[in-house]
Amino acid sequence: MNLKKTLLASALMSLALGAVQTQAADVPAGVKLADVQELVRGGGAEPATLDPQKVEGTPGSHRTRELFEGLYNLDGDGNLTPGVATSYTTNSDNTVYTFNLRKDAKWSNGESVTAHDFVFGFQRAVDPVTASAYAWYVEIPSIVNASKIINGKADVKSLGVKAVDDYTFEVTLERPVPYFVKMTSHQTLFPAPRKVIEKYGSEWVKPGNMVSNGAYKLDSWIVNEKMEMVRNDQYWNNEKTVIDKVTFLPLENDSADLKRYEAGEIDITWNLPSDHFKRLKKESPDEVIITPQLGTYYYQFNTKVEPYNNPDVRKALSFAINRDVITKYVTGVGEQPAYTFTPSIVNGFNPETPAYAKMTQKEREAEAKKLLQSAGYDKNNPLTFNLLYNTNDGHKRIAIAIASMWKKTLGVEVTLENQEWKTYLETRKAGDFQVARAGWIGDYNEASTMLDLLTSTHGNNDGKYSNAEYDRLLNEAKTMKNPSINYNKAEEIAINQDMAVAPIYTYVTKRMKKPYVGGYQPNPEDNIYTRDMYIIAH
Amino acid sequence: MLTFIFKRIFEAIPTLLILITVSFFLMHSAPGSPFSSERSLPPEVLANINAKYHLDEPVINQFFYYLGGVLQGDLGPSFRYKDFTINELVAQSLPVSAEIGIWSFIIAVVIGVSCGIYAALRQNSLVDYFVMAFANIGIVLPNFVLAPLCILFFSIYLKWLPAGGWNDGAWPYLVMPVIAMSTSYIAQIARITRGSMIETMHSNFIRTARAKGLPSYRIILQHALRPTMLPVISYLGPAFVGIITGSVIVDVYFGTGGIGQHFINGALNRDYSMVMGVTILVGSLTILFNAVVDILYAVIDPKIRY
Repeated sequence: MNLKKTLLASALMSLALGAVQTQAADVPAGVKLADVQELVRGGGAEPATLDPQKVEGTPGSHRTRELFEGLYNLDGDGNLTPGVATSYTTNSDNTVYTFNLRKDAKWSNGESVTAHDFVFGFQRAVDPVTASAYAWYVEIPSIVNASKIINGKADVKSLGVKAVDDYTFEVTLERPVPYFVKMTSHQTLFPAPRKVIEKYGSEWVKPGNMVSNGAYKLDSWIVNEKMEMVRNDQYWNNEKTVIDKVTFLPLENDSADLKRYEAGEIDITWNLPSDHFKRLKKESPDEVIITPQLGTYYYQFNTKVEPYNNPDVRKALSFAINRDVITKYVTGVGEQPAYTFTPSIVNGFNPETPAYAKMTQKEREAEAKKLLQSAGYDKNNPLTFNLLYNTNDGHKRIAIAIASMWKKTLGVEVTLENQEWKTYLETRKAGDFQVARAGWIGDYNEASTMLDLLTSTHGNNDGKYSNAEYDRLLNEAKTMKNPSINYNKAEEIAINQDMAVAPIYTYVTKRMKKPYVGGYQPNPEDNIYTRDMYIIAH
Repeated sequence: MLTFIFKRIFEAIPTLLILITVSFFLMHSAPGSPFSSERSLPPEVLANINAKYHLDEPVINQFFYYLGGVLQGDLGPSFRYKDFTINELVAQSLPVSAEIGIWSFIIAVVIGVSCGIYAALRQNSLVDYFVMAFANIGIVLPNFVLAPLCILFFSIYLKWLPAGGWNDGAWPYLVMPVIAMSTSYIAQIARITRGSMIETMHSNFIRTARAKGLPSYRIILQHALRPTMLPVISYLGPAFVGIITGSVIVDVYFGTGGIGQHFINGALNRDYSMVMGVTILVGSLTILFNAVVDILYAVIDPKIRY
């Protein structure tokens, strides 16, 4: 049993025993705290909304996690920790989950957080009137009638959720989904304050109107300048919260983010510009925080277009990419070369190293030449294509490097084609490409968040890869207690055998953090909570 | 004059209508939609969202909905900032950009005009070369270089000024945005003033004035200044609109929350109503200030009468 599985088992055990292991600022003995406990965080782009059921994108998730709390949270290792729920039980076939809610959980206006608020929150997420872009998130665990409600074929009240009493919340699934409880840490499944929403309508998320149940409450929001949150003294674990105020600065530009950090105005940045990485690592090594992220940067092949419908061609192109060179010299901030689609840091699954990853790069290149020749291409009859990517310097550098690797090893003639973001998305969606840059960040810490993408019916499978056995394995995995066997087989088929996509590297989150900020817990999902942090006297 | 003003208002209506129509259809013909994202939405989810924003209806219907709203002063909901309407966003961000803009404008006019006149009167002297060199640097030095340089110097090394933020326009937060915003305008105004002044000083009526033995200061202030200012004023009208509607660079680098970044982000995010909102705003202001320029012309130049 590897370390991750041990951790998962111990976390599940502690839940079963009802042990209360919560997340909160854990200040080590002897640490002197600063008098002023205020934190300023670089917040990435301005979020589209603060409405938990409508939030999309990581900047929004980071902010709503401060303001709201769901049934469970995930700790730094991706394990469950209690949120509003203290424990749960399931029926014999794992389709009915009954959550016991804590009685001291309160909204910021002092009212209790009850099972009815969860019922309302879950219903809002699927209600066509809400028009949430994350409605599909409720379909994934197959909550009864979720799909029908989204399609307008069933009433929102028929959703498989029920308040048994004020503090007992019941969810019924159409089929057992082992990772359902983990999914409750996502904002789409947070509770919603019905009275406030009914009173203010869409205005309920504005400062002054908003009522929230997390460690912080919204104090002010000036679009594109700042968002301030102050301690919610009604929060059930408020005693353990140390930071009194957290400010998010919406800085989409990494360089502006870094400058304000260097000027001492930001304590934790959102990102850091790769160009500055070497300098910062040298000048302030303790402040640079690099964390592997649950996401893969890859090149996607249009499997419906010749010759990319031939796995040999796809493999040849993938084998000829020297991933070590890319991660060491092109991206160069600690990304790990990727040979599987699922990053190895995912919770509960340790992907086996595929055969091609065990070869040396020289062997891979020799094999690549053979494969491409067998497909009818060589230096006299070179393969030519366009490589599509969205306009961005980083993607351009990688594309240039890979194009030259292909040219050198295989004699392939590549034309780089960059498009502005929305145009690029449209082109990819329309299948109007041969090879395209792509990336995918997991929504929850479980391998299916990555692997589902390559199933034939997935809306984001833009390369239109299709393999019946792969689909079957993934579908079967959804109800398996230990789906790792299927996941390994799926990886073997989609990557080692078919090379549906060419994984290149595992994403990292890169941040600068002042040494006086304690309690920062980096993790693959980037679930960062200010309530875990504290400012050390400095 | 009154007839002139009414005429201009009357002309502005069809101009704005054409502007709105062309921008609306251009914007809607751009590939992608406000809701296209890397994580493509299931069709049923997308259908619900499109229905909410009338995007499932023919573009022409959407156009009339939009136009109806505009006539009532409602610029519609933002497709990007879903918790806000365009009216709210403009109300929040325009005053910020306007404050930075008005300061920058005043500084640009005072310094630009003074430098231009001074350089013109000492044509081909060291002072002239210095002013013109500064002007050329100011024009070619883009503010995306100037802004980070300012932050590096004033905030990181000297620690005199905050690197960003707005804080209701407290003066330390104003200094760097105003420097970044006004530099290129100072340079442009100095160049135009100098050129115009040199030309005026070579004209017949100035020669006559000199022949009459008038002292230099009287020639400059009474006779040369007015005609010199005419080309400057025609530059200042549109420049004023540009300067008070902010700059994406200033907003991005200094995190001021001004309206400038809505221009670029609106287009990139396909936030249709935002793009339309700022287009209408800039369009109306341009028409307004062009009219102001025409009126000023009449005030300065007695030959011009409406």
